[in-house]
Amino acid sequence: MFRTVAELVEIAEKEDILISEVMIRQEMDVKNKTREEVFAEMERNLQVMEKAIEDSLKGVQSVTGLTGGDAVKIQAYMREKKPLSGHLMLDAVSKAMGTNEVNAAMGVICATPTAGSAGCVPGTLFAVKEQLNPTREQMIRYLFTAGAFGLVVANNAFISGAAGGCQAEVGSAGAMASAAIVEMAGGTPQQSADAFAMTLKNMLGLVCDPVAGLVEVPCVKRNAGGSALAIVSADMALAGVQSRIPCDEVIGAMYRIGQQMPSSLRETGEGGLADTPTGRFLKEKIFGMSV
Amino acid sequence: MKYNSVFDIIGPVMVGPSSSHTAGAARIGLTARRLFGKEPKWAKIHLYGSFAKTYQGHGTDFALVGGLLGYETDDTRMSKALDAANEKGIAIKFIEDSAKTDHPNTVRLIIGDDKESLEIVGISIGGGKIEITELNGFELRLSGNHPAILIMHNDRFGAIASVTKILAKHEINIGHMEVNRKDVGKEALMVIEVDQNVDDTILLELEEADHIIQISKIVS
Repeated sequence: MFRTVAELVEIAEKEDILISEVMIRQEMDVKNKTREEVFAEMERNLQVMEKAIEDSLKGVQSVTGLTGGDAVKIQAYMREKKPLSGHLMLDAVSKAMGTNEVNAAMGVICATPTAGSAGCVPGTLFAVKEQLNPTREQMIRYLFTAGAFGLVVANNAFISGAAGGCQAEVGSAGAMASAAIVEMAGGTPQQSADAFAMTLKNMLGLVCDPVAGLVEVPCVKRNAGGSALAIVSADMALAGVQSRIPCDEVIGAMYRIGQQMPSSLRETGEGGLADTPTGRFLKEKIFGMSV
Repeated sequence: MKYNSVFDIIGPVMVGPSSSHTAGAARIGLTARRLFGKEPKWAKIHLYGSFAKTYQGHGTDFALVGGLLGYETDDTRMSKALDAANEKGIAIKFIEDSAKTDHPNTVRLIIGDDKESLEIVGISIGGGKIEITELNGFELRLSGNHPAILIMHNDRFGAIASVTKILAKHEINIGHMEVNRKDVGKEALMVIEVDQNVDDTILLELEEADHIIQISKIVS
């Protein structure tokens, strides 16, 4: 079993297989399941992601009215104007936000690695898909690659905002997406690791400060940021840019930063954006209405 | 390692909005129900840390109750669980507890009916994954990911051997096991995580073994 990204990359290189293949073989081994069973389970997750994006593009609204409808706005803008940040980038952003809008509206989503950060992996997948035209198997492999990196983070640091801040959630999710994009685009295992490291480095220190304690503001828009960064880092890695700090050390830094974060900035809804005048006003308005 | 499956990371499929505060909470509620072995008639729910601060916004309240009603994480009835419990006449009380806990997402569930009650402490460690850290005052570590047998027994020599002998006879492999007691010679708890679900006939056989008081099981 791999415990670190270095081990994960080493296994892939030594056996000359993809990161996704390392993850698939380990899952079969740990759970004593066949390849078909493991693929079928991931296919189900993929279907849930696809459905959530479809639903979001029809327009959803959360009970509080704080979030919803932005994915639709971005798609309309993309059709009518020429987006400055490019079609693929904005497509990923809208689909990531859409997934989280569905989550905020208490719809059904697949946590990747958490619900609050569930947009980055599927958002980038369904945007990159338009350009790379992957097979269904390659799309499922995308999720195994993302999951392999996520496992290392979960076991060596944390993936929840309450434990380590948003860097642990959207930071991990965006980084997982970067690594998966690289593999789908034909990059090497080491390039996946570099892409992962570069995204997470840019997310270090990000606090979890949800307004009124709800997974809405700023969570939905942070998934936009995480997805955009995922694509940029993937491109950088594919161009041959390397992370000066090795991937596992970046994860270690994220862990220590999270441990040093005060509890007011770890999903208690007490600090940061939650503690702005507008954040406090919204909280009172929402819970005054007893939603 | 805390997480050993890719589906701990890519998954679970769940009703939003939070994997730790909604899906994890539902799983803790469901584990409590399974340990109790039936639907409780009342529940007192103590919330700590981030759970206490944000439970309404995250739906931790309806998710815990949804679990007690037997809902899985992706059950679309989840957000209406409080109403459903109310209709069934289940009395639910939430207590925001300011006591310090080791983990920020901690809940103590005391559930029961006219005859008996059960008390567990659960933590939601992220991405929908949970651990049960206490059962009726006994410390333990139970992930709920594998089938498990929980055995209350008297702290005497031979009690553990009699249980493992029966399991061995039925070719049931033990993946993880721990034993905890409150005091020497008093009541003790065995927690045995196994690889496959255990038939009720084997449970009956275990109940007859030496020094055994009570048995419950969790199917995964």
